[in-house]
Amino acid sequence: MTQVFRTPDKWRVFLKNLVAEISKLGVDSIPLVIIISIFIGAVITIQMTLNIVSPLIPSYSTGLATREILLLEFSSSILSLILAGKVGSNIASEIGTMRVTEQIDALDIMGINSACFIVLPKVVGFVLFVPVLVVLSMFMGLLGGWAVAKFTTMLTVENYVYGIQTMFREWYVWYGIIKTFFFAFIITSVAAYYGYYVKGGALEVGKASTNAVVSSSILILLADVILTKLLLQ
Amino acid sequence: MIEAEGVSKWFDGQQVLFDITARFETGKTNLIIGQSGSGKTVFMKCLIGLLTPEEGVIRYDGRLLRNMNNNERRQLRMEIGMLFQGSALFDNETVLGNVMFPLKMFSPLSYREQLERAQFCIRRVGLEATADNKYPSEISGGMQKRVAIARAIALNPRYLFCDEPNSGLDPKTSILIDELLSDITHEYGITTVINTHDMNSVLGIGEHIVFINKGHCDWTGDDRNIFRSTSKSLNDFVFASHLFQEVKRFLEREAEAQEGQS
Repeated sequence: MTQVFRTPDKWRVFLKNLVAEISKLGVDSIPLVIIISIFIGAVITIQMTLNIVSPLIPSYSTGLATREILLLEFSSSILSLILAGKVGSNIASEIGTMRVTEQIDALDIMGINSACFIVLPKVVGFVLFVPVLVVLSMFMGLLGGWAVAKFTTMLTVENYVYGIQTMFREWYVWYGIIKTFFFAFIITSVAAYYGYYVKGGALEVGKASTNAVVSSSILILLADVILTKLLLQ
Repeated sequence: MIEAEGVSKWFDGQQVLFDITARFETGKTNLIIGQSGSGKTVFMKCLIGLLTPEEGVIRYDGRLLRNMNNNERRQLRMEIGMLFQGSALFDNETVLGNVMFPLKMFSPLSYREQLERAQFCIRRVGLEATADNKYPSEISGGMQKRVAIARAIALNPRYLFCDEPNSGLDPKTSILIDELLSDITHEYGITTVINTHDMNSVLGIGEHIVFINKGHCDWTGDDRNIFRSTSKSLNDFVFASHLFQEVKRFLEREAEAQEGQS
């Protein structure tokens, strides 16, 4: 870890790598985030509509509940678990392959701090870009719910839109973003660790990739509990 | 010149290198030979500093590797070129990008000068301009080795290390790579250390040879006196191939015939 967070050997090369990592880990995740968020937003809305049928509960509650679920948990924690699978396995397998094909040794021989050169742009790039994914997920999730209201007869668009605006607390958006900073760090650093220290061949790279996803998922859940306690209490 | 003195190395309590002393001379192709598992790669990694030997010292032109601080070690590594067994080219860079990489990281040259230097190195190892924009996965194993050599010499290294440069190559390409390494060594006066078990390389470019057997340095010499060695382990290694067994039989028959005549 101390080797990773060092001053880069050459800032110009670091910035170039940073942009490449933001594109590869962040921008390339946008389609996945959009698809999953729209569908989950739609499903939450349908389930809320079906389950909130009491005349004592106002009709706009569906929109309100959908928004709270998306903002508080789905677009931060669950999305991070999904991204741990995509981004984490990508990082672990890429760095692991570099290790077993001696590319990391080649960097070390050249006198380059390989841990900093390879890992730092990934960690910084993903941590910087993850708020974009979170906000996009929140928006797309709400859009999925709106689509249910628009294209089905389960609830009206007016009720849904009123619901997602009612008792809105801006802090919940920040809460989701703050949480994902930590989650993004966990995903990238754990995956990089497993990839960097892989020994053996292709089989071990596969195992490292799996272990990275499992470990980072558990750590995300653990961090979620701690951060929720700290941020919402 | 690189000197190793009394180098010993352990892994998990098991000793793999035993008190190895060897010298690798400037402007010569120095070969470390031995069977697979004999410890020659571990020895080379100790020489480069990728592994730290528990005992013994390594000197680069009198500079003690062990006493170097991080900056000195970094400076030394910029003087080292390395050709890995699997070439170790960066997958996400083109041929030109791979060769330019060390220049981008360390040289004070402008982009145009870096480009010219990289193209010079690529042509020097015999690759055409058409290869410049290809990725490592798009070129043959022999071409990958050439690119790796071009990358290794891009910064004008004083020391060049090659780990099994011929592995996975056909005999003709192997000879070409050997000749290229030998030419570069003499042309630029580099201290080249080549790790190999290929007898063609030994006979073709072995100006100074260190034979490692089961972690011990059993013999040192050159390609002219390797057949005159009395070391049993070296003879077993040298005459292991079918071709050299034939040569051995021929030499024995010739010796018997001479004895008969006398």
